[in-house]
Amino acid sequence: MTNGWVDMKNTDMMLIMGGNPAENHPCGFKWPVEAKRTRNAKMIVVDPRFTRTAAVADLHCQIRAGSDIAFLGGVIRYAIENNRIAKDYLINYTNAAFVVQKDFKMPADLDGVFSGFDATSQTYNKATWNYQGGGGGARKDAVTNYALGAAAHPPSSGTPPTPPLPANVDFDLTLQNPNCVFQLLKKHYSRYTPEMVERITGIPKEQFLKAADLYTSIRKDGDMKKASTIIYAVGWTQHSFGTQIIRTAAILQLVLGNVGRAGGGVNALRGHSNIQGATDMAGLFDNLPGYIKVPTPADTSFDAWMKRITPTPSKPAPWDSFNYYSNTPKFAASYLKALYGDAATKQNGWAFDYLPKVDRNYSWVQMWDDMYNGTVKGMLAFGMNGVAIGPNSKKNIDALKKADFLVVGEIYPDETSEFWKSPGITTDEMKQIQTTVYRLPCAGFAEKDGTFTNSARWVLWKNTAMPMPGDARLDQAIVAQIFLKIRELYKRDGGKFPDPILNLTWNYSNPSSPPLFEVLKEINGKALADLEDPATKQQIKAGQQLPGFAWLKDDGTTSCGNWIYSGCFTEGGNQTSRRDPSDPSGLGVHPGWGWSWPANRRVLYNRASCDVDGKPWDPTRKQVWWNEGQQKWVGNDVPDFKVDSKPKDHMGPFIMNPEGVGRIFAPLAAFADGPFPEHYEPIESPVDNVLHPQQTHNPVVKRFKTPEDKYATPKDGYTVVCTTYRLTELYHYWTKNNPMNVQLIPEPFVEISVEMANEMGFTGGEKIKVSSIRGTYIAKAMVTKRIKPLMIDGKKVYPIGLPIHQGYRGIAEDEGKDARTLANLLTPTVVDPNAYTPEFKGFLVKVEKA
Amino acid sequence: MSQETLRIQKISAHAGSIPGEGTQREFQVCKLIDTTTCIGCKACEVACMEWNDLPFGETVFDNTYQTMPETRWNYWNLILFNEHERDDGTLMWLMRKNQCMHCADPGCLDACPSDGAIVQYTNGIVDFQQEHCIGCGYCITGCPFNIPKFNPETKRVYKCTLCADRVGEGLEPACIKSCPTGCLHFGSKDDMKFLAETRAKQLRDHYNFSNAGVYDPPGVGGTGVIYVLHDASEPENYGGLPKNPRVPLTVKLWKGPLKWLGNVAMVGGLIGLFVHYLRFGPKSREEEFEKKHEGEQP
Repeated sequence: MTNGWVDMKNTDMMLIMGGNPAENHPCGFKWPVEAKRTRNAKMIVVDPRFTRTAAVADLHCQIRAGSDIAFLGGVIRYAIENNRIAKDYLINYTNAAFVVQKDFKMPADLDGVFSGFDATSQTYNKATWNYQGGGGGARKDAVTNYALGAAAHPPSSGTPPTPPLPANVDFDLTLQNPNCVFQLLKKHYSRYTPEMVERITGIPKEQFLKAADLYTSIRKDGDMKKASTIIYAVGWTQHSFGTQIIRTAAILQLVLGNVGRAGGGVNALRGHSNIQGATDMAGLFDNLPGYIKVPTPADTSFDAWMKRITPTPSKPAPWDSFNYYSNTPKFAASYLKALYGDAATKQNGWAFDYLPKVDRNYSWVQMWDDMYNGTVKGMLAFGMNGVAIGPNSKKNIDALKKADFLVVGEIYPDETSEFWKSPGITTDEMKQIQTTVYRLPCAGFAEKDGTFTNSARWVLWKNTAMPMPGDARLDQAIVAQIFLKIRELYKRDGGKFPDPILNLTWNYSNPSSPPLFEVLKEINGKALADLEDPATKQQIKAGQQLPGFAWLKDDGTTSCGNWIYSGCFTEGGNQTSRRDPSDPSGLGVHPGWGWSWPANRRVLYNRASCDVDGKPWDPTRKQVWWNEGQQKWVGNDVPDFKVDSKPKDHMGPFIMNPEGVGRIFAPLAAFADGPFPEHYEPIESPVDNVLHPQQTHNPVVKRFKTPEDKYATPKDGYTVVCTTYRLTELYHYWTKNNPMNVQLIPEPFVEISVEMANEMGFTGGEKIKVSSIRGTYIAKAMVTKRIKPLMIDGKKVYPIGLPIHQGYRGIAEDEGKDARTLANLLTPTVVDPNAYTPEFKGFLVKVEKA
Repeated sequence: MSQETLRIQKISAHAGSIPGEGTQREFQVCKLIDTTTCIGCKACEVACMEWNDLPFGETVFDNTYQTMPETRWNYWNLILFNEHERDDGTLMWLMRKNQCMHCADPGCLDACPSDGAIVQYTNGIVDFQQEHCIGCGYCITGCPFNIPKFNPETKRVYKCTLCADRVGEGLEPACIKSCPTGCLHFGSKDDMKFLAETRAKQLRDHYNFSNAGVYDPPGVGGTGVIYVLHDASEPENYGGLPKNPRVPLTVKLWKGPLKWLGNVAMVGGLIGLFVHYLRFGPKSREEEFEKKHEGEQP
């Protein structure tokens, strides 16, 4: 989230899409309810179903799963048409005024693609997606430039290197230049009329206009006092264009001037209690901790790697840009010092050669594909039920049959650890399976300490609440002991390249079960030599914990496991275990409760909560402000800015971008599929793309090629749009082992409309069979008014939905009380081209009696 | 169960006066349920089960998110889900937390024939004391909200206790504590009424619910559990919440006038018998013999 949970109580208007917080984040949802109760805030829910969140909302629009960009694009168009925009914010804090190169072309001109598309390789040459260089006023320090995002993903071979961003950008503060970002944005979304929105999403025109009017009403006549927030979750991310849906929301929020404001922002609700921590610590193949881009084979040295991934400013000459990622070498060098200690030296590029070079896509779905094709031989799965989570569960089951070994660390026997007796498997098949399966009993969440990082970026220490049962072990103990054994083997037997293993630092008080607070200290970082801050003269001794990432150096005198977490465990102690509930400003900042990255800032980009002179847009919600007397930025929240940068120097609030401003236009390689979001259909769609039928889908999305990777069209008989989701009463696949949860929701069900039930002769409670081209799911029908058929471009489309929580192992399952099918037997193996998230949220099925 | 901190003000089927009656004034407790912010998460259902150590029961899918059709002897708190279409065609998904309403004038207590099986404390909580329960089920008839439920094994009847044990120690009921959105509130009746009316007014003024109001039915003397409803003119939409609940007439008659009629009949009969005896004396054997053998030769 850019903002936070408690901060939501400050909002005046909420748009909740692609998420169901009442259902899945009931505790966090108290804050939107608080906003309603105390500020008369309004809530709009746009969802394929009338959910538990819609039950307390002021307006619900039922949208066809997968058409969110059409809706949001329509709202952007509405805001611009009706002058409900934050004009000063737009001109000064975003790249709306930047001029784009003339040869940049958009889908309206090119039948559904942007300029530079190569249909054979299904990739874009992004050279035209660039700003126009401006004349005059070149800054001395803008020597060489590197394109941010060129490193976003390991480049496939044969892609030409991306040109850099210009140091000086041509701009037009009147926003009239036909090639300025604002005019291009206006032109791009001019096609997203209310009629078009109705045709694509199924939301009747009047209802769409009601929603657009309500949401943008906070900016009526450009009034800046109010703030609105957009709240989303995996209903957005789990699409083959998921990243672009979020981009559209970000653009809308920038147009409305909501980013950086209390009660504003773009707010992702994470789907697990610590998935934010997982992504922060690089549980992703293409990042190192702190979102540093991984090195690729093309990076022949540390310096070459830094050259590629470290941006330099790109902006109008009179403006200033902090460009905080210019410090990337400090983050990377400190990280390598944390990993390899004394073995990382200036001479060997901080042991750069020890890092694996990421040559291709190794994401989740790709990994299962590799296992299916035999290149991945085994898997260690900790608290991850890969078979159940899919997509295309059958393919994952079949992939495991081919693996040499599987290690499952879990608290219950799950579907993955019992893939060898999944329903439908014959005894002959079972006999053929050569996979050795190891089941390791692990500690449950209440049986281990450590930190959870919530959606609001609050890193919170938790203590062990109860002892582990029986032979269960801690995750870190299992991982440590595997590592120590491998290291021992390398020491004894040598190997191809043992250095990274032998030289990995492992200085814990208990090497075979490292106490997690020691790991947290490592993550925070420490000084490796005596240091002094030239400005403040503050000194730190060698061996002391660092106060924050501002102290990181690229000369080997600091080590830090994750730069964004630096400051969480200082000489003052474990900041993440603080529990001071006080909130002096009343804005829900709670600066003494846990520790929020970065640097305990609670609302990101909060400089943008003030006008160009440093005065808050809303005097009743003062977050930060420019203090003329002290000549620095101060506030109720930690300023997310260079504290001594004077307003007249016009430094941009978006300090992590090389432009210093928010990106309405995302240049060059920032995204694989375009600088502006365009509506594309899900890979399995009931209709062609109304905007450009010849380019129905996201052009860069690739399909997998095994026999089990099948994709349906309506002609194959699959015409019903299906989406999957979660319930409050159950949590993924483990609560089906808990009698309390099973009492609340005893059986799996499929939600279908009253109209579908009448037409097909189903009654509520009757067993029905839902099939995609990949698999079959059997459960009882829930006939409800909360889902209705939609008219999509004149065609009647029936949506259905089903919760994911049951499988083939659990209390009810073991008693033979349900059909033991998995929801993800239905879902397709297709992923977003930027984040590689699978498209669980919109695919085609057919429905029959069971 | 009675505690030092809970003073009894009414006892079912009790002869004589209530111990300690009128010696201390206490404010009424009240649970406020704001149906307009309930998200049906069932944390309150789980909290009730856990606090009261209620055993698990069998449930089946019944075309709804509702856990089971009605409360049970071992399930005292249940969210009722109802899909309701407004006049303008928009849909609502009403969620009402259903449990004992702790009426000021409890039909269950009136109907109960067993001394002390049901008590009402001075703070308004109506509590079943199972050790005195004879399992007759009259309380079930007496309740206008269909709350008390019979356990066929122990032959006793059970319902929500408004966590009398917690309240007695100055704590809020378990359901209140567990509610994540703060839709449940607990405090004095006066304070909760004020809060409820304020919220209802906010709904009328700012949220397009012109009929929003507070449910605190006078027919049972007001209740210890009150609701804020989006539309107080149609409480039946919320899973059959009765519009004008009162203690059933049969119970009122039976425990009211009929009881006195019965008393009169009984006492009157005894008086009549005594008066007859005074006037006519006992029946003599000679008279009886004569009567029996009338007309016979000696």
